[in-house]
Amino acid sequence: MATRHAMQHEPFRLGMLIHDTRYRNTTIQVLAFLLFAACAAWLIDNMLQNLAVLGKDFSFDFLWRRAGYDISQQPISYTSTSTHARAALVGLVNTLIVAAAACATATLLGVFAGVLRLSRNWIVARLMTVYVESFRNIPALLWIIVIAAVMSESMPTPAAFRGAHPSASMVLWNSVAVTNRGVYFPMPELSRSLGHLDFGLGTLSLDFLAIVGVLALSWVARSLLRRRADRALAATGRRPATGWKNALILVAPVTALLYLLGFHLQYPSISGLNFSGGLQLRSSFIALWLGLSVYTGAFIAEIVRAGILAISRGQTEAAHALGLSPARTMRLVILPQAMRIIVPPLISQFLNITKNTSLGLAVGYMDLRSTLGGITINQTGRELEGMMLMMLIYVCISLVISSAMNLYNHRTRLKER
Amino acid sequence: MKKYLLVIGAAAAMTTGLASAGTMADVQSRGTLRCGVVSGKAGFSAPDAKGVWHGLDVAYCRALAAAVLKDPNAVTFVPTTGQTRFSALASGEIDVLARTTTWTFSRDVDLKFTFVGVNFYDGQAFMVPKSLGIGSAKQLDGATVCITSGTTTELTLSEYFKRHHLSYEPVPIDTNAEIQQKYQAGACDVYTSDGSDLASIRSGFKNPDDHIILPEVISKEPLGPVVRQGDDQWADVARWTLNALIDAEELGVTKENVDQQARTSTNPEVNRLLGKEGNFGQQLGLDSEWAKRAIAVEGNYGEIYANNIGEKTPIKLARGLNALWENGGLMYSMPFR
Repeated sequence: MATRHAMQHEPFRLGMLIHDTRYRNTTIQVLAFLLFAACAAWLIDNMLQNLAVLGKDFSFDFLWRRAGYDISQQPISYTSTSTHARAALVGLVNTLIVAAAACATATLLGVFAGVLRLSRNWIVARLMTVYVESFRNIPALLWIIVIAAVMSESMPTPAAFRGAHPSASMVLWNSVAVTNRGVYFPMPELSRSLGHLDFGLGTLSLDFLAIVGVLALSWVARSLLRRRADRALAATGRRPATGWKNALILVAPVTALLYLLGFHLQYPSISGLNFSGGLQLRSSFIALWLGLSVYTGAFIAEIVRAGILAISRGQTEAAHALGLSPARTMRLVILPQAMRIIVPPLISQFLNITKNTSLGLAVGYMDLRSTLGGITINQTGRELEGMMLMMLIYVCISLVISSAMNLYNHRTRLKER
Repeated sequence: MKKYLLVIGAAAAMTTGLASAGTMADVQSRGTLRCGVVSGKAGFSAPDAKGVWHGLDVAYCRALAAAVLKDPNAVTFVPTTGQTRFSALASGEIDVLARTTTWTFSRDVDLKFTFVGVNFYDGQAFMVPKSLGIGSAKQLDGATVCITSGTTTELTLSEYFKRHHLSYEPVPIDTNAEIQQKYQAGACDVYTSDGSDLASIRSGFKNPDDHIILPEVISKEPLGPVVRQGDDQWADVARWTLNALIDAEELGVTKENVDQQARTSTNPEVNRLLGKEGNFGQQLGLDSEWAKRAIAVEGNYGEIYANNIGEKTPIKLARGLNALWENGGLMYSMPFR
């Protein structure tokens, strides 16, 4: 019959690869992939040929040789006899420290400025406009250099703190010293410490573990107390007072533990040419941290403002009609909805901060680019290997941050049934 | 498909053409010599108010240009930092690096460069303000030290302090200008670099006498011009231009009398140097008056030294190790024979 005829399959011909729409897509994709692979192969071959002509070989052996230079900021132990790989690790930890600190302060500053820019007070709103417009239109590098220059030119040298009549003195009841090399804070110390756990990459302090453990137990106790109060509210309609009980549960055990461990403050004091003792925040770290914070804070302010303005006025009006005060409206109705709009660009700004930490070389801050991408490749001459390794590490960090953003997006997406 | 194959074929042809062409031929066809220098080191290479470069390294580059291109002003000076100088030379961006670069094993062997000689024997030293009251490098425990990043300085410093069990706080900085600003503002106690560098920078201070250079010299720093490895003809030209300047001082040939010596000298070595006898220029691929032109630019090595960093200049460096070997120093030209 007619239908049976039409259902017979045609035998496969080679021309069908191009003319038949069923196969054409696959053909084009296979060709494109072959083209891409050929380009990549040619690029790599070109690079290897050039290296051979220059007489250089491509090897990562330099990472296991003695570094020979010192790093001022050492969150993990490092000496000039350590390897280049260890120096790169120190740089990486420095990068992560300043990135985390700058992200935190930039977010605080940005949220503050963004919300205030929407204030009905004309002066406050215009002041925040001036902050945002001026700070985000000047390159980050300039801000970092300006802050470093201000610190090194206008703060006193340690020599000014010495002698019978010092021209400079420490602030905050003689505990904090502000010099042009950095700010020295008193450092908390434990005289009856529990010791350290040693493993390859660094040491973990047992005191730190103890404090974290006690705080975790306090937190659990607090949640139990809160749940009991909620149950009492559901049963009797009156919630017992939990405020002071919560505070006591969080504060008392940790204080007792610190007392047992012998907690005291070690103050910085001038001896010889510089201050010693205490916690030192170097001026390079402060310049990079503050510079990145104020620069990115301006961008975050605009993101926050955009998120809040994107919520339709109907929400605010409905909340007011229900009798909520403006502050509670913002906190309970507007901001939770604005978060969906604010968080993805916010995480992009965190990515920017992490990459902008590579500007630390301008002020002498030893981040990943200064150690691996700076001194190491200069002293060993391995620019290609060093740069590729550095780019790989930055890509990994960025991928981790952006996957966090994708996770957030996935959890807050509008769920359709 | 055929067009694609053509593109691949052309690309493959381009890669084979990457074998090293002679630098000398490149320089002559281009008409200018590209010389890598340090930006703004008084006495070695620094532009003056009109933008004209002067200095010990600048004089060498001009002599080389005069020898190869017959014009001492056919030089493009490319400022480089401690971090970028080797990549600039390796990539072909510059033809010769005359940038107070120390001749070390790793730079010669691992980085694949050829040092054409030493034009200044130096050593690493420390500079401190007089107000700190320090007289010796062994009193520098706990000091904040400014270093030029990417140099042998930071490695030598680390070894010295380790050997003497002293601690210090390193502040690595890229350019000379920034270091000067930080040191003068008091952001670091000590500035360490080659002794010549310290003298050059101190001469630019408002009160040079408020700073002293400590007596300890903690390393050998033979500074000399560098070219790429593998191009022997260019290395020969560069090496023998430097030797010509030193030999001219040994033989008493100066900028004033070079023409007269070329015409009337009876010293066979002078005649070989200035091209009246022999065919040394042709052996290098140049003409016979190459050395005469090189010496006529700014004189022999002694005159160049005296005009740029000598006792009469603000930098005030004595000849010391850089005197001729006959006068107790280390400057020694290979014979022109």
